[in-house]
Amino acid sequence: MKFEIFVTLKKEVLDPQGKAVESAIQSLGLSNISNIRQGKYFTLDINESDQTKAHAQAEEACKKLLANLTIEEYSIKQLS
Amino acid sequence: MKASVIVFPGSNCDRDVKVALEKFQIPTTMVWHQETTLPPTDLVVLPGGFSYGDYLRCGSMASKSKVMHEVIKHAEKGGYLFGICNGFQILTETNLLPGALLRNNKLKFICKDVFVKTVNNRIPFTKKIPDQKVLSIPIAHNEGNYFANEDQIKELQDNQQIVFQYCDKQGNIGLANNPNGSLLNIAGITNKHKNILGMMPHPERVIDTLLGGIDGEGIFQSLL
Repeated sequence: MKFEIFVTLKKEVLDPQGKAVESAIQSLGLSNISNIRQGKYFTLDINESDQTKAHAQAEEACKKLLANLTIEEYSIKQLS
Repeated sequence: MKASVIVFPGSNCDRDVKVALEKFQIPTTMVWHQETTLPPTDLVVLPGGFSYGDYLRCGSMASKSKVMHEVIKHAEKGGYLFGICNGFQILTETNLLPGALLRNNKLKFICKDVFVKTVNNRIPFTKKIPDQKVLSIPIAHNEGNYFANEDQIKELQDNQQIVFQYCDKQGNIGLANNPNGSLLNIAGITNKHKNILGMMPHPERVIDTLLGGIDGEGIFQSLL
């Protein structure tokens, strides 16, 4: 099964990279765009036919390595 | 006192810290990250550098490497554990110290001498440094912006776990002398049991007047 995972900084954590990207975007004249937050995107295959088990493994990967839960949150989406 | 310095792929302050430890007659062994045992040791040092190329998050890959199981056991038994710069990042990634080190708030790599104030000299790493002593120690990092949630910050304060704070030459702690955006100007913290120290400044770079200063000596002398 294929999953995609987004890891982003929690709302309460400042994102200076996102802010820098936002000011660059606005300087291009795209002044309607705001609140840019930058994050990470992963795709991965899990060799497991049981959907619940596969999801649990993706969850474990997020908690143990892909996200630092002190500063980040994650979302998991099954692609196939 | 015997020390082990863990060497990860990408560590680059490992030999500097060995020189510093040996200057204070602390016999030091270098330990490769794939080892599954530690030599008999009282102090483990996680040196500065760019372990695993800072992939994913600084220190995240190193925190999962084989030798870290032994390092965690060593610390849980009360052994001394000292993380400098990337070593501090590794300590937060293993949850041996609370919080995390984010990108510097101005998004620049900072390499310069800064002043830090010793706000807790009642731990094994600082016991020979006078209380509130201001030290000049270099920093060299891109991710040194200390962050922790409100509860963690309160706990750090309640348990007197903040050890070093960025300040000016006179010891004033404030926004004007915060190089990287760290909460409460935090430059170094200890754990509840006070056997682990993590700090962003590099004391091993200021242990000899020929190298520009000796303000880092107090930490190594404290460990003797």
